[in-house]
Amino acid sequence: MSDLVVTAVDGGPCLIEDEGRPGHAAIGVGASGAADRASYSLGNRMVGNAPGAAAVEVVLGGLEVQAAGYVTVCVTGAPTPLRVDSRAEPSGAVLTLRPGQRLRLGTPPSGLRSYVAIRGGVDVASVLGSRSHDQLAALGPAPLVPGTTLPVGHAAAGPILVDAVSPASYDREAELRVVPGPRADWFADPGQLVRDTWVVGPESNRVGLRLTGTPLAAVRDRGQLPSEGALRGAIQVPPDGLPVVFGPDHPVTGGYPVVGVIVDADIDRLAQLRPGDPLRLRWK
Amino acid sequence: MRTLPYGDRGLLVELADTADVVAVADIVRAHPAAPELLADLVPGARTVLLVARPGVAVERLRGMVPAHKHRISPKSGAFGQGLSRPEVEVVVPVTYDGPDLADVARLTGLGEADVVAAHTGRPWRVAFGGFAPGFAYLVGGDPRLQVPRLERPRTEVPAGAVGLAGEFSGIYPRRSPGGWQLIGRTELVMWDLERSSPALLAAGTTVRFEAVG
Repeated sequence: MSDLVVTAVDGGPCLIEDEGRPGHAAIGVGASGAADRASYSLGNRMVGNAPGAAAVEVVLGGLEVQAAGYVTVCVTGAPTPLRVDSRAEPSGAVLTLRPGQRLRLGTPPSGLRSYVAIRGGVDVASVLGSRSHDQLAALGPAPLVPGTTLPVGHAAAGPILVDAVSPASYDREAELRVVPGPRADWFADPGQLVRDTWVVGPESNRVGLRLTGTPLAAVRDRGQLPSEGALRGAIQVPPDGLPVVFGPDHPVTGGYPVVGVIVDADIDRLAQLRPGDPLRLRWK
Repeated sequence: MRTLPYGDRGLLVELADTADVVAVADIVRAHPAAPELLADLVPGARTVLLVARPGVAVERLRGMVPAHKHRISPKSGAFGQGLSRPEVEVVVPVTYDGPDLADVARLTGLGEADVVAAHTGRPWRVAFGGFAPGFAYLVGGDPRLQVPRLERPRTEVPAGAVGLAGEFSGIYPRRSPGGWQLIGRTELVMWDLERSSPALLAAGTTVRFEAVG
Protein backbone atom coordinates (compact mmCIF):
# COMPACT_ATOMS: atom_id res chain seq x y z
CA MET A 1 0.00 0.00 0.00
CA SER A 2 1.54 3.24 -1.07
CA ASP A 3 -1.31 5.62 -0.36
CA LEU A 4 -1.52 9.04 1.18
CA VAL A 5 -3.96 9.71 3.98
CA VAL A 6 -5.22 13.24 4.60
CA THR A 7 -4.53 14.27 8.19
CA ALA A 8 -5.51 17.97 8.07
CA VAL A 9 -7.33 20.42 5.81
CA ASP A 10 -6.81 23.84 7.43
CA GLY A 11 -6.85 26.17 4.41
CA GLY A 12 -9.32 26.47 1.56
CA PRO A 13 -10.91 23.56 -0.30
CA CYS A 14 -8.58 20.73 -1.36
CA LEU A 15 -9.90 19.08 -4.51
CA ILE A 16 -8.82 16.29 -6.81
CA GLU A 17 -8.39 17.68 -10.33
CA ASP A 18 -7.05 16.56 -13.69
CA GLU A 19 -7.42 17.81 -17.28
CA GLY A 20 -11.19 17.89 -16.92
CA ARG A 21 -14.04 16.51 -19.01
CA PRO A 22 -14.53 18.70 -22.10
CA GLY A 23 -17.14 17.74 -24.68
CA HIS A 24 -20.21 17.17 -22.50
CA ALA A 25 -22.02 20.50 -22.95
CA ALA A 26 -24.87 18.67 -24.71
CA ILE A 27 -25.82 17.07 -21.39
CA GLY A 28 -25.21 20.19 -19.34
CA VAL A 29 -21.80 19.20 -17.96
CA GLY A 30 -18.87 21.62 -18.08
CA ALA A 31 -15.17 20.95 -18.63
CA SER A 32 -13.93 21.60 -15.05
CA GLY A 33 -10.32 20.43 -14.43
CA ALA A 34 -7.28 22.03 -12.80
CA ALA A 35 -7.72 25.81 -12.49
CA ASP A 36 -4.03 26.55 -13.17
CA ARG A 37 -3.36 24.05 -15.95
CA ALA A 38 0.32 24.93 -16.39
CA SER A 39 1.21 24.39 -12.72
CA TYR A 40 -0.82 21.18 -12.64
CA SER A 41 0.94 19.74 -15.72
CA LEU A 42 4.35 20.87 -14.48
CA GLY A 43 3.79 18.84 -11.30
CA ASN A 44 2.90 15.74 -13.28
CA ARG A 45 5.98 16.14 -15.47
CA MET A 46 8.19 16.57 -12.41
CA VAL A 47 7.09 13.23 -10.95
CA GLY A 48 7.21 11.43 -14.31
CA ASN A 49 3.45 11.01 -14.72
CA ALA A 50 1.56 10.68 -17.96
CA PRO A 51 -0.37 13.85 -18.84
CA GLY A 52 -3.82 13.85 -17.27
CA ALA A 53 -2.93 12.08 -14.01
CA ALA A 54 -5.08 13.37 -11.16
CA ALA A 55 -3.44 15.66 -8.59
CA VAL A 56 -4.64 17.61 -5.55
CA GLU A 57 -5.48 21.29 -5.95
CA VAL A 58 -4.97 23.14 -2.66
CA VAL A 59 -6.25 26.64 -1.88
CA LEU A 60 -3.98 28.66 0.46
CA GLY A 61 -2.10 25.68 1.87
CA GLY A 62 -3.21 23.99 5.06
CA LEU A 63 -3.20 20.45 3.68
CA GLU A 64 -1.35 17.74 5.57
CA VAL A 65 -1.00 14.18 4.28
CA GLN A 66 0.70 11.12 5.73
CA ALA A 67 2.38 8.50 3.56
CA ALA A 68 1.34 4.87 4.03
CA GLY A 69 4.30 3.71 1.91
CA TYR A 70 7.01 5.30 -0.20
CA VAL A 71 5.30 8.09 -2.12
CA THR A 72 6.98 10.60 -4.42
CA VAL A 73 5.40 14.04 -4.74
CA CYS A 74 6.07 17.50 -6.11
CA VAL A 75 4.21 20.68 -5.13
CA THR A 76 3.83 23.36 -7.82
CA GLY A 77 1.76 26.53 -8.30
CA ALA A 78 1.39 28.93 -5.36
CA PRO A 79 4.80 28.62 -3.61
CA THR A 80 3.73 27.16 -0.30
CA PRO A 81 6.46 26.49 2.25
CA LEU A 82 6.59 22.73 2.84
CA ARG A 83 7.45 20.57 5.80
CA VAL A 84 8.22 16.89 5.68
CA ASP A 85 7.78 16.04 9.36
CA SER A 86 9.92 18.80 10.89
CA ARG A 87 12.22 19.38 7.88
CA ALA A 88 11.59 22.41 5.66
CA GLU A 89 11.47 21.78 1.91
CA PRO A 90 10.85 24.11 -1.02
CA SER A 91 7.97 24.03 -3.49
CA GLY A 92 9.04 22.73 -6.88
CA ALA A 93 11.31 19.98 -5.45
CA VAL A 94 10.64 16.29 -6.02
CA LEU A 95 10.25 14.74 -2.57
CA THR A 96 9.99 11.10 -1.58
CA LEU A 97 8.03 10.49 1.60
CA ARG A 98 8.88 7.42 3.65
CA PRO A 99 6.13 5.39 5.32
CA GLY A 100 4.66 7.39 8.19
CA GLN A 101 6.13 10.73 7.13
CA ARG A 102 3.87 13.74 6.93
CA LEU A 103 3.93 16.44 4.27
CA ARG A 104 2.43 19.77 5.29
CA LEU A 105 1.70 22.76 3.04
CA GLY A 106 2.04 26.17 4.70
CA THR A 107 0.45 29.41 3.53
CA PRO A 108 1.93 30.62 0.24
CA PRO A 109 3.32 34.20 0.28
CA SER A 110 1.75 34.82 -3.14
CA GLY A 111 -0.72 33.06 -5.39
CA LEU A 112 -3.71 30.98 -4.33
CA ARG A 113 -3.61 27.41 -5.66
CA SER A 114 -0.88 24.83 -5.18
CA TYR A 115 -0.84 21.41 -6.83
CA VAL A 116 0.34 18.26 -5.12
CA ALA A 117 1.36 15.93 -7.92
CA ILE A 118 1.86 12.34 -6.81
CA ARG A 119 3.95 9.89 -8.79
CA GLY A 120 1.36 7.41 -10.13
CA GLY A 121 -1.50 9.92 -9.86
CA VAL A 122 -4.51 9.84 -7.53
CA ASP A 123 -6.47 6.74 -8.44
CA VAL A 124 -10.11 7.47 -7.62
CA ALA A 125 -13.18 6.62 -9.72
CA SER A 126 -13.56 8.81 -12.78
CA VAL A 127 -16.85 10.40 -13.80
CA LEU A 128 -17.47 10.99 -17.52
CA GLY A 129 -13.81 10.37 -18.23
CA SER A 130 -12.33 12.65 -15.57
CA ARG A 131 -11.34 12.63 -11.90
CA SER A 132 -11.99 16.36 -11.55
CA HIS A 133 -14.27 17.72 -8.86
CA ASP A 134 -16.72 20.21 -10.39
CA GLN A 135 -17.96 22.64 -7.71
CA LEU A 136 -20.99 23.85 -9.67
CA ALA A 137 -22.25 20.52 -10.98
CA ALA A 138 -21.23 18.64 -7.80
CA LEU A 139 -19.60 15.94 -9.94
CA GLY A 140 -16.43 13.96 -9.40
CA PRO A 141 -14.48 13.00 -6.28
CA ALA A 142 -15.57 14.66 -3.02
CA PRO A 143 -13.45 17.46 -1.49
CA LEU A 144 -10.74 16.12 0.83
CA VAL A 145 -11.42 15.90 4.55
CA PRO A 146 -9.23 14.52 7.34
CA GLY A 147 -9.26 10.75 6.92
CA THR A 148 -9.64 10.76 3.12
CA THR A 149 -7.37 8.17 1.50
CA LEU A 150 -5.65 9.15 -1.72
CA PRO A 151 -4.87 5.86 -3.47
CA VAL A 152 -1.76 6.10 -5.63
CA GLY A 153 -2.39 4.90 -9.19
CA HIS A 154 -0.35 3.68 -12.11
CA ALA A 155 0.03 6.88 -14.12
CA ALA A 156 3.85 6.95 -13.79
CA ALA A 157 5.05 6.97 -17.38
CA GLY A 158 8.78 7.57 -17.17
CA PRO A 159 11.74 8.34 -14.97
CA ILE A 160 12.11 11.49 -12.89
CA LEU A 161 14.52 13.65 -14.85
CA VAL A 162 14.67 16.86 -12.83
CA ASP A 163 15.05 17.20 -9.06
CA ALA A 164 13.59 20.65 -8.67
CA VAL A 165 12.33 23.74 -10.45
CA SER A 166 12.27 27.25 -9.04
CA PRO A 167 9.12 27.95 -7.07
CA ALA A 168 6.64 30.16 -8.91
CA SER A 169 5.99 33.72 -7.78
CA TYR A 170 2.80 35.71 -8.21
CA ASP A 171 4.01 39.01 -6.77
CA ARG A 172 3.65 40.95 -10.00
CA GLU A 173 0.28 42.54 -10.63
CA ALA A 174 -1.72 40.52 -13.15
CA GLU A 175 -2.43 42.18 -16.50
CA LEU A 176 -4.37 39.85 -18.77
CA ARG A 177 -5.35 40.11 -22.43
CA VAL A 178 -9.02 40.19 -23.43
CA VAL A 179 -10.71 39.70 -26.79
CA PRO A 180 -13.69 42.11 -26.91
CA GLY A 181 -17.16 40.64 -27.32
CA PRO A 182 -19.26 38.79 -28.16
CA ARG A 183 -21.56 41.27 -26.35
CA ALA A 184 -19.37 44.36 -25.89
CA ASP A 185 -22.07 46.38 -27.67
CA TRP A 186 -24.44 45.73 -24.76
CA PHE A 187 -22.36 48.16 -22.66
CA ALA A 188 -22.30 51.93 -22.81
CA ASP A 189 -18.53 52.07 -22.37
CA PRO A 190 -16.86 48.67 -22.78
CA GLY A 191 -13.46 50.41 -22.68
CA GLN A 192 -13.95 50.93 -18.95
CA LEU A 193 -13.08 47.24 -18.59
CA VAL A 194 -9.48 47.92 -19.64
CA ARG A 195 -9.10 51.37 -18.07
CA ASP A 196 -10.11 50.51 -14.52
CA THR A 197 -8.13 48.46 -12.04
CA TRP A 198 -10.43 45.74 -10.72
CA VAL A 199 -10.14 44.05 -7.37
CA VAL A 200 -10.87 40.36 -6.84
CA GLY A 201 -13.88 39.96 -4.55
CA PRO A 202 -14.16 37.61 -1.59
CA GLU A 203 -16.97 35.51 -3.12
CA SER A 204 -14.67 34.13 -5.84
CA ASN A 205 -14.33 30.40 -6.40
CA ARG A 206 -13.78 27.88 -9.21
CA VAL A 207 -17.12 28.87 -10.78
CA GLY A 208 -16.15 32.50 -11.18
CA LEU A 209 -13.90 35.28 -10.04
CA ARG A 210 -16.08 38.17 -8.86
CA LEU A 211 -14.53 41.54 -9.58
CA THR A 212 -15.27 44.66 -7.59
CA GLY A 213 -14.93 48.24 -8.80
CA THR A 214 -17.11 50.76 -10.59
CA PRO A 215 -20.04 48.91 -12.21
CA LEU A 216 -20.16 48.74 -16.02
CA ALA A 217 -23.26 50.50 -17.32
CA ALA A 218 -25.40 48.50 -19.73
CA VAL A 219 -26.94 50.02 -22.84
CA ARG A 220 -30.59 50.74 -22.09
CA ASP A 221 -33.51 48.79 -23.51
CA ARG A 222 -31.51 45.80 -24.65
CA GLY A 223 -33.91 43.52 -22.86
CA GLN A 224 -32.78 40.06 -21.81
CA LEU A 225 -30.16 38.00 -23.58
CA PRO A 226 -31.31 34.46 -24.39
CA SER A 227 -29.02 31.91 -22.69
CA GLU A 228 -25.86 31.24 -24.66
CA GLY A 229 -22.81 28.99 -24.36
CA ALA A 230 -19.99 30.09 -22.08
CA LEU A 231 -16.27 29.39 -21.76
CA ARG A 232 -13.60 29.70 -19.13
CA GLY A 233 -12.20 33.22 -19.17
CA ALA A 234 -15.49 34.78 -20.33
CA ILE A 235 -16.27 38.04 -18.50
CA GLN A 236 -19.98 38.00 -17.84
CA VAL A 237 -21.70 41.10 -16.52
CA PRO A 238 -24.90 40.62 -14.50
CA PRO A 239 -27.37 43.48 -13.99
CA ASP A 240 -25.37 44.88 -11.03
CA GLY A 241 -22.60 45.77 -13.52
CA LEU A 242 -19.81 43.96 -11.65
CA PRO A 243 -17.95 41.51 -13.89
CA VAL A 244 -17.68 37.80 -13.13
CA VAL A 245 -14.80 36.00 -14.85
CA PHE A 246 -15.72 32.37 -15.44
CA GLY A 247 -13.43 29.73 -13.96
CA PRO A 248 -13.16 26.03 -14.80
CA ASP A 249 -16.50 25.12 -13.14
CA HIS A 250 -18.53 27.83 -14.90
CA PRO A 251 -22.12 27.16 -16.01
CA VAL A 252 -22.33 25.62 -19.48
CA THR A 253 -24.76 28.32 -20.64
CA GLY A 254 -25.43 31.72 -19.16
CA GLY A 255 -27.95 34.47 -19.61
CA TYR A 256 -25.92 37.62 -18.97
CA PRO A 257 -23.93 39.42 -21.66
CA VAL A 258 -20.21 38.63 -22.02
CA VAL A 259 -18.26 41.87 -22.58
CA GLY A 260 -14.97 40.12 -23.39
CA VAL A 261 -13.12 36.83 -23.08
CA ILE A 262 -9.63 36.47 -21.58
CA VAL A 263 -7.24 34.72 -23.96
CA ASP A 264 -6.58 31.08 -23.24
CA ALA A 265 -2.87 31.54 -22.47
CA ASP A 266 -3.68 34.04 -19.70
CA ILE A 267 -6.41 32.20 -17.80
CA ASP A 268 -4.06 30.14 -15.62
CA ARG A 269 -3.02 33.39 -13.94
CA LEU A 270 -6.64 33.97 -12.90
CA ALA A 271 -6.47 30.82 -10.80
CA GLN A 272 -3.71 32.39 -8.70
CA LEU A 273 -5.56 35.62 -7.86
CA ARG A 274 -6.60 36.04 -4.25
CA PRO A 275 -9.48 38.07 -2.91
CA GLY A 276 -8.16 41.62 -2.64
CA ASP A 277 -5.64 41.24 -5.47
CA PRO A 278 -5.76 43.90 -8.21
CA LEU A 279 -6.43 42.84 -11.81
CA ARG A 280 -5.80 44.86 -14.94
CA LEU A 281 -7.09 43.91 -18.37
CA ARG A 282 -6.09 45.05 -21.83
CA TRP A 283 -7.59 44.45 -25.26
CA LYS A 284 -5.90 41.95 -27.46
CA MET B 1 -26.80 34.36 -39.21
CA ARG B 2 -23.60 36.01 -38.01
CA THR B 3 -20.51 34.83 -36.21
CA LEU B 4 -18.98 36.66 -33.26
CA PRO B 5 -15.56 36.17 -31.66
CA TYR B 6 -15.52 34.43 -28.28
CA GLY B 7 -11.97 34.81 -26.99
CA ASP B 8 -9.25 32.97 -28.88
CA ARG B 9 -10.77 29.50 -28.49
CA GLY B 10 -14.41 30.09 -29.38
CA LEU B 11 -16.68 31.18 -32.20
CA LEU B 12 -20.27 32.16 -31.42
CA VAL B 13 -22.76 31.58 -34.24
CA GLU B 14 -25.88 33.69 -33.84
CA LEU B 15 -29.08 32.33 -35.36
CA ALA B 16 -32.69 33.38 -35.87
CA ASP B 17 -34.36 30.92 -33.53
CA THR B 18 -33.93 27.77 -31.50
CA ALA B 19 -35.02 25.60 -34.43
CA ASP B 20 -32.01 26.86 -36.39
CA VAL B 21 -29.82 26.21 -33.36
CA VAL B 22 -30.87 22.56 -33.29
CA ALA B 23 -30.28 22.23 -37.04
CA VAL B 24 -26.88 23.97 -37.08
CA ALA B 25 -25.71 22.00 -34.04
CA ASP B 26 -26.65 18.81 -35.90
CA ILE B 27 -24.76 19.89 -39.02
CA VAL B 28 -21.62 20.91 -37.13
CA ARG B 29 -21.61 17.71 -35.03
CA ALA B 30 -21.83 15.65 -38.19
CA HIS B 31 -19.02 17.57 -39.95
CA PRO B 32 -16.15 15.24 -40.84
CA ALA B 33 -13.57 17.60 -39.30
CA ALA B 34 -15.45 17.88 -35.98
CA PRO B 35 -13.38 15.32 -34.04
CA GLU B 36 -10.13 16.98 -35.13
CA LEU B 37 -11.13 20.61 -34.61
CA LEU B 38 -13.78 20.79 -31.89
CA ALA B 39 -13.28 20.44 -28.13
CA ASP B 40 -16.97 21.08 -27.55
CA LEU B 41 -20.09 22.49 -29.10
CA VAL B 42 -22.43 24.43 -26.83
CA PRO B 43 -25.93 25.14 -28.13
CA GLY B 44 -27.82 28.04 -26.55
CA ALA B 45 -31.27 29.53 -27.14
CA ARG B 46 -30.25 31.54 -30.23
CA THR B 47 -26.59 30.64 -30.60
CA VAL B 48 -24.15 27.79 -31.07
CA LEU B 49 -20.72 28.18 -29.47
CA LEU B 50 -17.96 26.25 -31.21
CA VAL B 51 -14.92 25.59 -29.01
CA ALA B 52 -11.58 24.84 -30.69
CA ARG B 53 -9.36 22.06 -29.45
CA PRO B 54 -6.06 23.29 -27.99
CA GLY B 55 -3.75 24.37 -30.80
CA VAL B 56 -6.55 24.72 -33.38
CA ALA B 57 -6.94 28.26 -34.77
CA VAL B 58 -10.47 29.58 -34.30
CA GLU B 59 -10.55 30.64 -37.97
CA ARG B 60 -10.59 26.97 -38.95
CA LEU B 61 -13.96 26.57 -37.22
CA ARG B 62 -15.67 28.94 -39.63
CA GLY B 63 -15.57 26.34 -42.37
CA MET B 64 -17.76 24.02 -40.29
CA VAL B 65 -20.66 26.45 -40.16
CA PRO B 66 -23.19 26.10 -43.02
CA ALA B 67 -22.98 29.13 -45.27
CA HIS B 68 -26.51 29.46 -46.56
CA LYS B 69 -29.48 30.19 -44.43
CA HIS B 70 -31.88 28.22 -46.61
CA ARG B 71 -29.86 25.10 -46.03
CA ILE B 72 -30.20 25.44 -42.31
CA SER B 73 -33.85 25.59 -41.65
CA PRO B 74 -36.38 23.81 -43.80
CA LYS B 75 -39.29 25.13 -41.78
CA SER B 76 -41.72 22.52 -43.01
CA GLY B 77 -42.38 19.94 -40.33
CA ALA B 78 -40.06 19.21 -37.45
CA PHE B 79 -36.71 20.91 -37.02
CA GLY B 80 -34.10 20.29 -39.62
CA GLN B 81 -35.73 17.14 -40.90
CA GLY B 82 -33.44 15.34 -43.24
CA LEU B 83 -30.39 17.15 -41.86
CA SER B 84 -30.41 15.80 -38.35
CA ARG B 85 -28.87 12.64 -37.01
CA PRO B 86 -31.08 9.60 -36.81
CA GLU B 87 -33.56 10.67 -34.19
CA VAL B 88 -33.50 9.38 -30.68
CA GLU B 89 -36.97 9.53 -29.13
CA VAL B 90 -37.67 9.32 -25.43
CA VAL B 91 -41.23 8.94 -24.10
CA VAL B 92 -41.70 10.66 -20.73
CA PRO B 93 -44.73 9.55 -18.67
CA VAL B 94 -46.03 12.49 -16.62
CA THR B 95 -48.54 12.79 -13.81
CA TYR B 96 -50.00 16.23 -14.49
CA ASP B 97 -50.64 17.45 -10.95
CA GLY B 98 -48.01 20.21 -10.70
CA PRO B 99 -48.50 23.11 -8.24
CA ASP B 100 -48.63 25.64 -11.11
CA LEU B 101 -50.99 23.75 -13.43
CA ALA B 102 -53.95 25.96 -12.50
CA ASP B 103 -51.89 29.13 -13.00
CA VAL B 104 -50.64 27.91 -16.38
CA ALA B 105 -54.24 27.18 -17.39
CA ARG B 106 -55.22 30.72 -16.37
CA LEU B 107 -52.19 32.38 -18.01
CA THR B 108 -52.67 30.54 -21.30
CA GLY B 109 -56.46 30.75 -21.33
CA LEU B 110 -56.61 27.00 -21.78
CA GLY B 111 -58.32 24.66 -19.36
CA GLU B 112 -56.14 22.35 -17.30
CA ALA B 113 -57.10 19.43 -19.55
CA ASP B 114 -56.16 21.46 -22.61
CA VAL B 115 -52.77 22.34 -21.09
CA VAL B 116 -52.11 18.62 -20.72
CA ALA B 117 -53.37 17.95 -24.24
CA ALA B 118 -51.12 20.71 -25.62
CA HIS B 119 -48.07 19.49 -23.69
CA THR B 120 -48.53 15.88 -24.85
CA GLY B 121 -49.85 16.72 -28.30
CA ARG B 122 -46.59 17.53 -30.07
CA PRO B 123 -43.07 16.16 -29.87
CA TRP B 124 -40.47 18.41 -28.24
CA ARG B 125 -36.79 18.43 -28.99
CA VAL B 126 -33.76 19.08 -26.77
CA ALA B 127 -32.19 22.35 -27.91
CA PHE B 128 -29.49 22.74 -25.30
CA GLY B 129 -28.48 21.97 -21.72
CA GLY B 130 -26.80 23.99 -19.03
CA PHE B 131 -28.76 24.70 -15.86
CA ALA B 132 -27.55 21.48 -14.20
CA PRO B 133 -26.16 18.16 -15.42
CA GLY B 134 -28.94 16.42 -17.31
CA PHE B 135 -31.22 19.47 -17.53
CA ALA B 136 -32.51 19.80 -21.10
CA TYR B 137 -34.18 22.86 -22.62
CA LEU B 138 -36.97 21.44 -24.80
CA VAL B 139 -38.35 23.41 -27.74
CA GLY B 140 -40.85 22.90 -30.53
CA GLY B 141 -43.91 22.31 -28.38
CA ASP B 142 -47.30 23.95 -28.65
CA PRO B 143 -46.71 27.73 -28.80
CA ARG B 144 -49.84 28.37 -26.71
CA LEU B 145 -47.92 27.03 -23.70
CA GLN B 146 -45.57 30.01 -23.38
CA VAL B 147 -45.69 31.31 -19.82
CA PRO B 148 -43.30 33.53 -17.86
CA ARG B 149 -41.00 32.23 -15.16
CA LEU B 150 -42.18 32.53 -11.58
CA GLU B 151 -41.57 35.97 -10.13
CA ARG B 152 -40.04 34.34 -7.09
CA PRO B 153 -38.21 31.12 -7.86
CA ARG B 154 -38.83 28.19 -5.52
CA THR B 155 -35.92 27.39 -3.27
CA GLU B 156 -36.59 23.71 -3.78
CA VAL B 157 -38.00 21.84 -6.75
CA PRO B 158 -38.08 18.03 -6.57
CA ALA B 159 -36.30 15.80 -9.07
CA GLY B 160 -38.62 14.81 -11.91
CA ALA B 161 -40.71 18.02 -11.80
CA VAL B 162 -41.89 18.99 -15.28
CA GLY B 163 -41.98 22.72 -15.96
CA LEU B 164 -42.62 25.45 -18.49
CA ALA B 165 -40.82 28.78 -18.98
CA GLY B 166 -40.94 31.02 -22.03
CA GLU B 167 -40.72 28.88 -25.15
CA PHE B 168 -39.20 25.98 -23.18
CA SER B 169 -40.29 22.91 -21.29
CA GLY B 170 -37.93 20.99 -19.04
CA ILE B 171 -37.59 18.31 -16.39
CA TYR B 172 -35.58 18.92 -13.22
CA PRO B 173 -32.92 16.19 -13.06
CA ARG B 174 -32.34 16.57 -9.35
CA ARG B 175 -33.63 18.54 -6.40
CA SER B 176 -32.63 22.17 -6.88
CA PRO B 177 -33.95 25.71 -6.72
CA GLY B 178 -36.04 26.61 -9.76
CA GLY B 179 -38.20 29.30 -11.32
CA TRP B 180 -40.19 27.35 -13.88
CA GLN B 181 -43.96 26.83 -13.70
CA LEU B 182 -44.46 23.24 -12.61
CA ILE B 183 -47.25 21.33 -14.33
CA GLY B 184 -46.43 17.72 -13.47
CA ARG B 185 -43.87 15.14 -12.46
CA THR B 186 -42.26 12.06 -13.92
CA GLU B 187 -40.76 8.99 -12.27
CA LEU B 188 -38.10 8.74 -14.98
CA VAL B 189 -34.57 9.27 -13.68
CA MET B 190 -33.12 12.06 -15.79
CA TRP B 191 -29.56 11.84 -14.48
CA ASP B 192 -27.86 8.69 -13.25
CA LEU B 193 -24.08 8.36 -13.13
CA GLU B 194 -24.40 4.58 -13.02
CA ARG B 195 -25.77 4.59 -16.57
CA SER B 196 -23.44 4.48 -19.56
CA SER B 197 -24.94 7.78 -20.71
CA PRO B 198 -25.89 9.53 -17.45
CA ALA B 199 -28.23 12.06 -19.06
CA LEU B 200 -31.48 10.64 -20.38
CA LEU B 201 -31.84 13.66 -22.68
CA ALA B 202 -28.97 15.04 -24.75
CA ALA B 203 -29.10 17.89 -27.26
CA GLY B 204 -30.97 16.69 -30.34
CA THR B 205 -33.14 14.08 -28.58
CA THR B 206 -36.87 14.08 -29.38
CA VAL B 207 -39.14 13.96 -26.35
CA ARG B 208 -42.79 12.94 -26.25
CA PHE B 209 -44.76 13.51 -23.05
CA GLU B 210 -47.49 11.04 -22.14
CA ALA B 211 -50.15 11.61 -19.47
CA VAL B 212 -50.40 8.90 -16.82
CA GLY B 213 -52.41 8.51 -13.61
